[in-house]
Amino acid sequence: MLRRAGPSLCHFLLERNSGAGRSSCSREAKMSRPVQARRLEGIDKNIWVEFVKLAATYSKVNLGQGFPDFPAPDFLTEALSRALGGGNHMLHQYTRAFGHPPLVKVLAQFFEKLLGRDLDPMTNVMVTVGAYQALFCCFQALVDEGDEVIIIEPFFDCYEPMVKMAGGTPVFVPLRPNPPKDGKLMSSADWQLDAAELASKFSERTKAIVLNSPNNPLGKVFSRGELGLIAELCVKHDVLCISDEVYEWLVYDGKQHIRIASLEGMWERTVIIGSAGKTFSATGWKVGWVVGPDRLLKHLRTVHQNSVYHCATIAQEAVAQGFQRELMLYGKPESYFVQLPKELQQKRDWLVQSLDGVGMKPIIPEGTYFLVADISQFKSDVPDVPDSDEPYDYRFTKWMVKNKGLAAIPLSAFYSEAHKNNYTNFIRFCFAKEEATLKAANDILQKWKQEKTSS
Amino acid sequence: TMPFRHKNTRRIEGLDSNVWVEFTKVAADPSIVNLGQGLPDISPPSYVKEELAKVAAVDRLNQYTRGFGHPSLVKALSQVYEKVCGRKIDPLTDILVTVGAYGSLFSTIQALIEEGDEVIIIEPFYDCYEPMVKMAGAKPVFIPLRFKNDGNSASSADWVLDPVELANKFNSKTKAIILNTPHNPIGKVFTREELQVIADLCIKHDTLCISDEVYEWLVYKGNKHIKIATLPGMWERTVTIGSAGKTYSVTGWKLGWSIGPEYLIKHLQVVHQNTLYTCPTPLQEALAQAFWIDYRRMDDPDCYFYSLSRELESKRDRMAQLLREAGLKPVIPDGGYFMIVDVSTLNVDLSDVDEKQPYDYKFVKWMIASKKLSAIPLSAFCGPETKKEFEKYIRFCFIKKDSTLDAAEVILKNWNKQTG
Repeated sequence: MLRRAGPSLCHFLLERNSGAGRSSCSREAKMSRPVQARRLEGIDKNIWVEFVKLAATYSKVNLGQGFPDFPAPDFLTEALSRALGGGNHMLHQYTRAFGHPPLVKVLAQFFEKLLGRDLDPMTNVMVTVGAYQALFCCFQALVDEGDEVIIIEPFFDCYEPMVKMAGGTPVFVPLRPNPPKDGKLMSSADWQLDAAELASKFSERTKAIVLNSPNNPLGKVFSRGELGLIAELCVKHDVLCISDEVYEWLVYDGKQHIRIASLEGMWERTVIIGSAGKTFSATGWKVGWVVGPDRLLKHLRTVHQNSVYHCATIAQEAVAQGFQRELMLYGKPESYFVQLPKELQQKRDWLVQSLDGVGMKPIIPEGTYFLVADISQFKSDVPDVPDSDEPYDYRFTKWMVKNKGLAAIPLSAFYSEAHKNNYTNFIRFCFAKEEATLKAANDILQKWKQEKTSS
Repeated sequence: TMPFRHKNTRRIEGLDSNVWVEFTKVAADPSIVNLGQGLPDISPPSYVKEELAKVAAVDRLNQYTRGFGHPSLVKALSQVYEKVCGRKIDPLTDILVTVGAYGSLFSTIQALIEEGDEVIIIEPFYDCYEPMVKMAGAKPVFIPLRFKNDGNSASSADWVLDPVELANKFNSKTKAIILNTPHNPIGKVFTREELQVIADLCIKHDTLCISDEVYEWLVYKGNKHIKIATLPGMWERTVTIGSAGKTYSVTGWKLGWSIGPEYLIKHLQVVHQNTLYTCPTPLQEALAQAFWIDYRRMDDPDCYFYSLSRELESKRDRMAQLLREAGLKPVIPDGGYFMIVDVSTLNVDLSDVDEKQPYDYKFVKWMIASKKLSAIPLSAFCGPETKKEFEKYIRFCFIKKDSTLDAAEVILKNWNKQTG
């Protein structure tokens, strides 16, 4: 049996003896095993820790991490102020563990409309600390050691370590780019799954597939046909679907976000994940939710009650009021769910123009507030280093933030270790930014281009 | 159609039931005087609420902050605890902010405990320790506090560990011991000597100490909260957990923290970045501001850390008096905001209640139904072997406003006048 690598407690005591006074490591102590649990193996690295620090240190214009730099809507912050000013100091105390009643009730009402089925707020909805914790509950509740989980690349980076922490085996299947023949800019729709390749990934050990639509980082909005393909395989192999739909309201060009849970045979095997942070441009509130059948959610409840137990009351109260407003205004022009995508589409188009204008080739996203650009025609400043242990796009983005003050995220960050070198000429920008920010980004890019052409 | 094969994962097998889910439902009726679940019905201090109101107006505070803890909050925590511990605490490497102390317990256990490990849990215990240890695949090893009293008025100090019994629980598989001081539910404040016994064993057997100190500020006259991490040889093996909810009477803010040496905290940070990544920004900022206010007056008796404790001491004494008047013998806590009492002396006959539940569960349900007063049964806080010893106790929470205690007084004064 292999001894695990890593420092043991005893080892550290001996190293730190200087601070402790007397020697505290007894020779009788039999334990000299590593202090950390095995479930942490291979999941300690995290792209955000590194890139957030870089952006904080060097960036003048941050289009890296995905959060808006424009304010959360007034009606949401006013709801928080009202809750605070209302004199009900019990809003500062614990609420119902599985979700503040006003919030789960309005979420049930909302999703009843969207899914066309009756929902019980107490059993078909649970509130979590952001969509992140919803994902965690899914994997911990449903993925056992030896289970396989299919992850579509490129993927929001936490899926892989979460599957591993649950003892599962991630199985990757890529979206492959099929560039248009007419030389026009690619759309996220041009990145597609190969049906046969996808089918080959399902085995008798497959427990679940993680779907993220609209997709971060590409912005792809899976079509009904594409979802149908996935659904068919899920039903055929009796596999669960963890459906990360945090960008559900951010779809452009009149496209429609289709919920896989509404497809035949899917409700009973799907957990839908949503986020107030993305829905209401308030990522720092960390309010998320799951919607699904009780027979799956009951296991998520068990994980939740044994990990965080409650979510912050007052944030849930304010989000509930935000949803009440949207319920009343649903489909109307004043609805935030109508206005926000409209605004973001303009910003998307602006950034697309900006990048295209300097020779970076943007892939036009159908949804989300991310955009991936092909930098292969723009890379002269950062030479290829054949034996570098870092993919090209990591080096490019690090150079760019340090030398140009513009922060973006390398696309390889959204690929598994084995596939990190498949797409190294792409970087991801976030365009949920004020006009001034996008203009400043354009200025940097224009100046950079001029420097390149004049040299 | 195929039978549905998707059941729960092994790690959560048997962990679905929970005393709170059961009893908060039963006590939700507003006509019931609720002294059960540990949540204050007193208002948090006004400056704490004001800080949150101020924060609501600042745009960037509605977006993500630093994952391991909002900078101004970890800075404030490091200052406060440097003063308390008398050692340098690095805000970036020695602290993790979590979703309540509950989240700290979870992060610590997931980071450092696994299958093959044993974890010593002192009974009675805050109920989540056992399922969390099990969820990590480890084996809980219980040791009870035992009541040693010569017949005088009972105090939480009378509940003690037998040092020989404790020593026998340690072996080469023991990864950690979970300490809770001040203790929930009994209110015991472990003395320096008692902590030294535990520390000696941790050092001898090279184990970790997970020290749940959420009630650290709530100690009553004649008692001092001592951090086991400050004992020689203990800083490097201890994770100390604190709670905003208990410190500032804001349980609904769900912010807690773990403090310890970098080489332990870094593993908790890995768990955190793979479970929920960040805690809410506005609440962390408001908490930081509240901490600065109290940090500046830490040498002043008006500091909330001390003033809350004084306020609660008089509530404690009142609660004890009311229980005595009803013919009960409360165990006077030296800290925390809970009080346990032996109800077997009332001789309420519940043998005809046809449930396989322990006596205290039946008693509390009966008390809720017939007296409109709620509490929590103590056997919820113990392992399977000691249920018989603890099932005659129930726990009352006294961090309640005067009108709540007034209502409890009416019920307790009239207790013997009503027929069961």
